[in-house]
Amino acid sequence: MTTQVSTGRRRPTRLTPQQRLQRAEGDPTGTRGVPAPMFVPAVIAVLFLVLPLVGLLVKAPWRHLFQVLASQDVTDALRLSLWTASLATVVSVVLGVPLAWLLARTRFPGLALVRALVTLPLVLPPVVGGVALLLAFGREGFVGRYLDQWFGITLPFSTAAVVLAEAFVAMPFLVVTVEGALRSADQGYDEAAATLGASRMTVFRRVTLPMIAPSLAAGAVLCWARALGEFGATIVFAGNLPGVTQTMPLDVYLLLQNDLAAAIAVSLVLLLVSVVVLVALRDRWLRSGPFR
Amino acid sequence: MRRGDFVLDVAFAAAPGAVLAVLGPNGAGKSTLLRALAGLTPVTAGHVVLDDEVLDDAASGLFVEPADRPVGLVFQSYRLFPHLSVLDNVAFAPRSRGLRRAQSRAVAGRWVDALGLGELADRRPAALSGGQAQRVALARALAGDPGLLLLDEPLSALDARTRLDVQAELRRHLREFDGPTLLVTHDPLEALVLADRLLVVEGGRVVQQGTPAEVASRPATDYVARLVGLNLYEGRIDGDRVVLPGGGWFVVPDHGQHGEVLVAVRPSSVLVSTHRPEGASARNMWAGTVVGLSLLTDRVRLDVEGTPPALVDVTPGSVAELALAPGREIWLSVKATELDVYGRQGT
Repeated sequence: MTTQVSTGRRRPTRLTPQQRLQRAEGDPTGTRGVPAPMFVPAVIAVLFLVLPLVGLLVKAPWRHLFQVLASQDVTDALRLSLWTASLATVVSVVLGVPLAWLLARTRFPGLALVRALVTLPLVLPPVVGGVALLLAFGREGFVGRYLDQWFGITLPFSTAAVVLAEAFVAMPFLVVTVEGALRSADQGYDEAAATLGASRMTVFRRVTLPMIAPSLAAGAVLCWARALGEFGATIVFAGNLPGVTQTMPLDVYLLLQNDLAAAIAVSLVLLLVSVVVLVALRDRWLRSGPFR
Repeated sequence: MRRGDFVLDVAFAAAPGAVLAVLGPNGAGKSTLLRALAGLTPVTAGHVVLDDEVLDDAASGLFVEPADRPVGLVFQSYRLFPHLSVLDNVAFAPRSRGLRRAQSRAVAGRWVDALGLGELADRRPAALSGGQAQRVALARALAGDPGLLLLDEPLSALDARTRLDVQAELRRHLREFDGPTLLVTHDPLEALVLADRLLVVEGGRVVQQGTPAEVASRPATDYVARLVGLNLYEGRIDGDRVVLPGGGWFVVPDHGQHGEVLVAVRPSSVLVSTHRPEGASARNMWAGTVVGLSLLTDRVRLDVEGTPPALVDVTPGSVAELALAPGREIWLSVKATELDVYGRQGT
């Protein structure tokens, strides 16, 4: 005698040919509904993340947008931001790529510690970074003092300070990206280059670097975007001097007090830049799942 | 030279165009040997000497960097630089060794033409077929003007169809190369076709060396015998009788030999019958049980358990006719003249 277990759930449902195909291709949706405890929080999350941006678009002074953006104050901030973020990216690439190579391809005592220290700015509150920079490179700082005495260089509250603050916060993004690429790159090509007579430097220049170029570009874009949005470290270390250290995020903060429309307009520009960056890096970020 | 448990001591005569194949099972340390010669992995004991020049010596610590060795290496997976064109891949070595871009491209152009790659010069490696990639890898190694050429399983990355074409071509190019070539492989066919001399490595030791013909007809170990598809038996000969330690004996032509010998038997020279053959001319006759059958393109190889065991080739027709299946009791016979009897070193 056979025992039958009644589950009470043997209710047939209907699948359209398209749903059948979907399931066959491994797409788990179809008619299997999403349970409410998953669905509702997910929708709230999306609304939470998207609504503020929608608000920005709704409240934007579309009619006077170009007028607002063309004002001296805003164009100065825009020019300064683009300029300093680009310089900070150049600094990060020039110093960060060799650092990433060292972290990925060599072994030395304290390697793990160095890696932890140089990626610390990723999680450090930028304001703290600004204070630290001030203590180091300020006029009375332990490095800044000698820069002032020996070379007459004063960094704080200058455009150079903006670049430094941005590089401090943004360089780890580049280092982490490039180091990851170097680790996952096939070192067989480096070996092949070595057997063909290439010195270690030539191998790096002619084989390693071209092969990680896409990751380097992605790291640079990420670094640039982070530098462009830098606020905390900049305002502490470089101040908020229009035309000299007042970048767009600082400008937005200031405009919020007396000219909301202008603040929204500048914010829109920063939002646009972010969207462009996201599109540029979509291959790296948006294709992480099995479904495209 | 020595690395881990792998010990290899070879004096390799540098005859121009000579090709030495090191044949051994996977994990025998063949790739390690190539890496040691190219300088990618330093030896932990022993030394590497090329043309009286010490390249690596564990005892004195002396080591020549891979970039400074006159050695060209063709990797198993070729490792062509994906971001460079065929021409620039080939120009890599001359450029690395100090030639200007134009000069190195001129050198590369000659190699590209010599290997029949002229039309592919501007292509990226991703757009090459397996055989073409192999030629580019060879051209790239040769353009560095090496004194020694190393090939790691040169044909293993190719599919069976292109393999035959590339084999013939590769053989021709290796003959034209001025220096010696050393190739490692686990594929006996590759070794037999490409090499002038064969070195069989097993368990980190050289178990046999000789010309491909010698190795193929007179294997020295079970491993080699399996590779070349022969039955191999160890035994003691006394006149016309070889006694096998595991039981059984063979009658062989009497050449007055005594002592330890090897007996090689081709699977196709063993005859199968279902009853004890009466009055047959074969003087070696024994019973056995079929334990396995496998189809080899045009014939069937029987694995026969008996005293001694044997591999026997029959036609698919006789499999049906004699109702051969695992468990079937059969009789094996082989003529004395079909047995090849020789000493350990192939003599």
